[in-house]
Amino acid sequence: MKFEIEYKTIESVAGPLVVVKNVRNASYNEIVRINMANGESRLGQVLETGSGYAVVQVFGATSGMNIDKTSVTFLGDTFRYGVSEDMFGRIFDGQGRPIDVKASVKYEEKFDVNGEPINPVSRAMPSDFIETGISSIDGLITLVRGQKLPIFSASGLPHNELTAQIAKQATVKGSESFAVVFAAIGITYDDATYFINEFKKAGSLSRTVAFINLADDPSIERILTPRIALTTAEYLAYEKGYHVLVILNDMTNYAEALRELASAREEVPGRRGYPGYMYTDLAGIYERAGIIKGKKGSITQLDVVTMPGDDVTHPIPDLTGYITEGQIFLSRDLANRNIYPPVNPLGSLSRLMNNGIGSGKTREDHRGVADQLYGAYAKAQEAKNLSSVVGAEALSDSDKVLLKFGEDFEKRFLGQGRNEARTIEDTLNIGWDLLSYLKEEDLTRIKRDYIAKYYKKDVKK
Amino acid sequence: MGIIEKIAGPLVVANGMMGSNMYDVVKVGKLKLIGEIIQLKKEKAVIQVYEDTGGLRPGETVVSTGLPLAVELAPGILGKIYDGVQRPLDSIEKISGSFIGRGIDVAPLDKKKKWKFVAQIKKGARVSEGAILGFVQETQLLKHYIMVPKGISGTVEKIKEGNFTIEDEVAVVKSNGKMVSLNMIQKRSVRTPGEYKSKFASAEPLVTGQRVVDTFFPVAMGGTAALPGPFGSGKTVHQHQLAKFSNADIVLYVGCGERGNEMTEVLVEFPELLDPKTNRPLMERTVLIANTSNMPVAAREASIYTGITIAEYFRDMGYNIALMADSTSRWAEAMREMSARLEEMPGEEAYPAYLPKRLAEFYERAGKVESLNDKIGSITIIGAVSPAGGDISEPVSQGTLRVTKTFWALDASLANSRHFPSINWLNSYSLYLNALNEWYVKNIGESFPDNRKTAMTLLQREGELKDIVQLVGADALPDAERIVLEVGRIIREDFLRQNAYDFVDAFTGMEKQKKMLELILYFGTRANDAVKVGVPSDKIVTMKIRADISRMKEWKEEDVASASKKLKGEIDSAFDALIKEEAISARN
Repeated sequence: MKFEIEYKTIESVAGPLVVVKNVRNASYNEIVRINMANGESRLGQVLETGSGYAVVQVFGATSGMNIDKTSVTFLGDTFRYGVSEDMFGRIFDGQGRPIDVKASVKYEEKFDVNGEPINPVSRAMPSDFIETGISSIDGLITLVRGQKLPIFSASGLPHNELTAQIAKQATVKGSESFAVVFAAIGITYDDATYFINEFKKAGSLSRTVAFINLADDPSIERILTPRIALTTAEYLAYEKGYHVLVILNDMTNYAEALRELASAREEVPGRRGYPGYMYTDLAGIYERAGIIKGKKGSITQLDVVTMPGDDVTHPIPDLTGYITEGQIFLSRDLANRNIYPPVNPLGSLSRLMNNGIGSGKTREDHRGVADQLYGAYAKAQEAKNLSSVVGAEALSDSDKVLLKFGEDFEKRFLGQGRNEARTIEDTLNIGWDLLSYLKEEDLTRIKRDYIAKYYKKDVKK
Repeated sequence: MGIIEKIAGPLVVANGMMGSNMYDVVKVGKLKLIGEIIQLKKEKAVIQVYEDTGGLRPGETVVSTGLPLAVELAPGILGKIYDGVQRPLDSIEKISGSFIGRGIDVAPLDKKKKWKFVAQIKKGARVSEGAILGFVQETQLLKHYIMVPKGISGTVEKIKEGNFTIEDEVAVVKSNGKMVSLNMIQKRSVRTPGEYKSKFASAEPLVTGQRVVDTFFPVAMGGTAALPGPFGSGKTVHQHQLAKFSNADIVLYVGCGERGNEMTEVLVEFPELLDPKTNRPLMERTVLIANTSNMPVAAREASIYTGITIAEYFRDMGYNIALMADSTSRWAEAMREMSARLEEMPGEEAYPAYLPKRLAEFYERAGKVESLNDKIGSITIIGAVSPAGGDISEPVSQGTLRVTKTFWALDASLANSRHFPSINWLNSYSLYLNALNEWYVKNIGESFPDNRKTAMTLLQREGELKDIVQLVGADALPDAERIVLEVGRIIREDFLRQNAYDFVDAFTGMEKQKKMLELILYFGTRANDAVKVGVPSDKIVTMKIRADISRMKEWKEEDVASASKKLKGEIDSAFDALIKEEAISARN
């Protein structure tokens, strides 16, 4: 049963909010169309409803709206988005309308963009190793299928290059149908075009669906963009069996749109003006990654979060980190020293790593090598700090070795080319080259059998 | 029956609700979403809805059940996984598939399965609330006692024995002149703490197999512990470790607003893992409450109460329960969200002013008690806290620390250098140490408390020295102090650090913990003696025997006695050789 009722009773327009009076029982989260005098229309969603009124958030600019001539049509349903496999290779705006001047897209099915929570009982444990070809990630922050892993970056750091490189290079053993859903959320025209061009160059545009909300597009539309992208991804993964990599770039812009909306509603602000429910709201997006028992496909999320002021305790990265399964942390210090990708292993983590590594998946020694490299790099940092106080000459022999280890680790292990794809074997072997700088008995995090098998006694120290 | 007047997120206002009570459960709208009345204003009731309210319209009806939010308790509860309002997630899956649908009304327990009920009371006996009528052997190890529910006392007129479903009558009690038929089901309101005879201090630790916990910062059986830490510091892994290896009879794991995959991990792992104490699958002693971060926020608020009420039920049977709440911050945030929607005056960081009270009320439901039937049981609560930005000056951490007695301070910098569990040994504390001292002396060894003190002093001393080393380098320190640094390092890296993912290292029994600590300290003593007779510290901090010390964690529990004896001998001979060598070179 569907009602479509038009009202000409707008009471107020303020920022992205429109209050409509004399409404007969609009439903919560119902979608509305706002028809303006000049023939244009906008979509909106009911945020609060009561007898005789509804508060509507508008996904688009409110300029041109007026009280007496603009009307509001209540469409009788929550936001449902039509999806199909015909969407591959196409580009859409932030509300999911095609913008690549081709014909409209036929949809097969419509789904509520808010999705429904996956029942924890129905989830399958993510455990398939994704080889990104990037040593720092494969070796130390291993990504697995069905994981949500954000990239904590900051302005001026190469998160776009890194994300595009991962999207291009990512492979899984026994490769099956693979798709990319790319959502640009409030990023610049240049950055969005960069991604589209990279996908074109790699010949992967035909397996990509792109949603583009640019920096100058209406900010409230950003509330919708990731949800539409994930609805599309869920359809491709769970109905059509694709392994979907979803790139949400940039979630900081999303969170800012959320704050804008909250302040327009005059809500009690939480930390730094962000609404108190931001954790729950973000979880509604991030938790849509995963694998479901008995279904072929999967959703893996790479979410770019640019940390305002490089501050990881800022509410956006902070809440993100509490929801996601780890984070890839980019460091300005490494970037300034021309290390690409500037992934700092000390702030990075993959919580699902253990499920995706080891013999049969990557290699038996992977866990130990990763732990030992982390530990040694952390100690190398201490040695570096010490040397800046007492001078390199005054360091003990073991600290000197650590210092050298740290330098080479950054150059050879972390650093690699923008088009270089390393196998996991290569990555672990480079790791052993570096670990062999250290004494055998100091490798306490690696099993003795593996030391005997892989330790290189003849490495020049 | 009321009519919906307003909907804003999980908050619904209904009119025409005269006659309802505070905290009554209501069914909202056509979909019959579950909700709870949290405010009454004349005819109007403010309702928090435990399911997504999308699509709900003003004008739809609200029906009160007339009952407060309650859990259903009976045999069959062990091994279950529930959402925040005790709906079994596997039954939900059968109805709505892989995604959680709305308005699903499912029974918490299997009502068809028959259990063998063994009576433990005779006809004619006088019983009152909490008295044991009999039991069902629910798992191989656990007797599920059937107790007289609240409000009933009198003479047993009839008692049955045999195979029954939980709804079948097992006894009849003449209470206040009325014949009351009793089955195996008990309903308990979740927001009211259960009653008991008396509460007392516990003198026994919850043994967890985690070295940093058992040796340094133990929590008493029936105590409370807080575990605050930034993301990535290993809160959840630590909670999982405690759930797996602690010597509680029953574990209640409340996943409150956390990741879906983490609950899946528990569901995949626990049925396969064996309880080290009993060798039975861990799932047999576990009840899971899972209200993940993307599940409705109001049910998250309820999940903590659902968990603790189930825990109290088993405590009353005389069992020791460990309840892990991960994370209490998400629970507090759920409170904050509801409070904001109610337009209450916000307190610190927009949390409601009653937050500290709610935290205290929750932790006070822990404790070792003598229940109404004289059995002695306990609930230990271990609450994870997720402070914003890792800064524990925020209200949830502070409110928690005021009412908990063990504090495990998780530390981001330790986590970054992969020192797990990342419990900072200088900031953490356990206020149970004195109370547990006697237990340690009696059960572990007379010297154990002293060894712990010695190790703690060494670690503190090492911490101070490390500051100096940062300025001048280790070479500048006198030999004796370099030994302190080295022994401190060994304690940190080879004792405090423990690998949750290594089959052997994940769990360390008390005997092994004792031996490991003894041997590390013994190495320290020998090293000090050697320095006194002139052996340079350089030679000591590069000794090969250190590698064997750091591999102590790989010892199997059954080999501890022989391996520790052997290692002690090797430490002796290594030092003897070193001293001899030094004596020779001194003579030359």
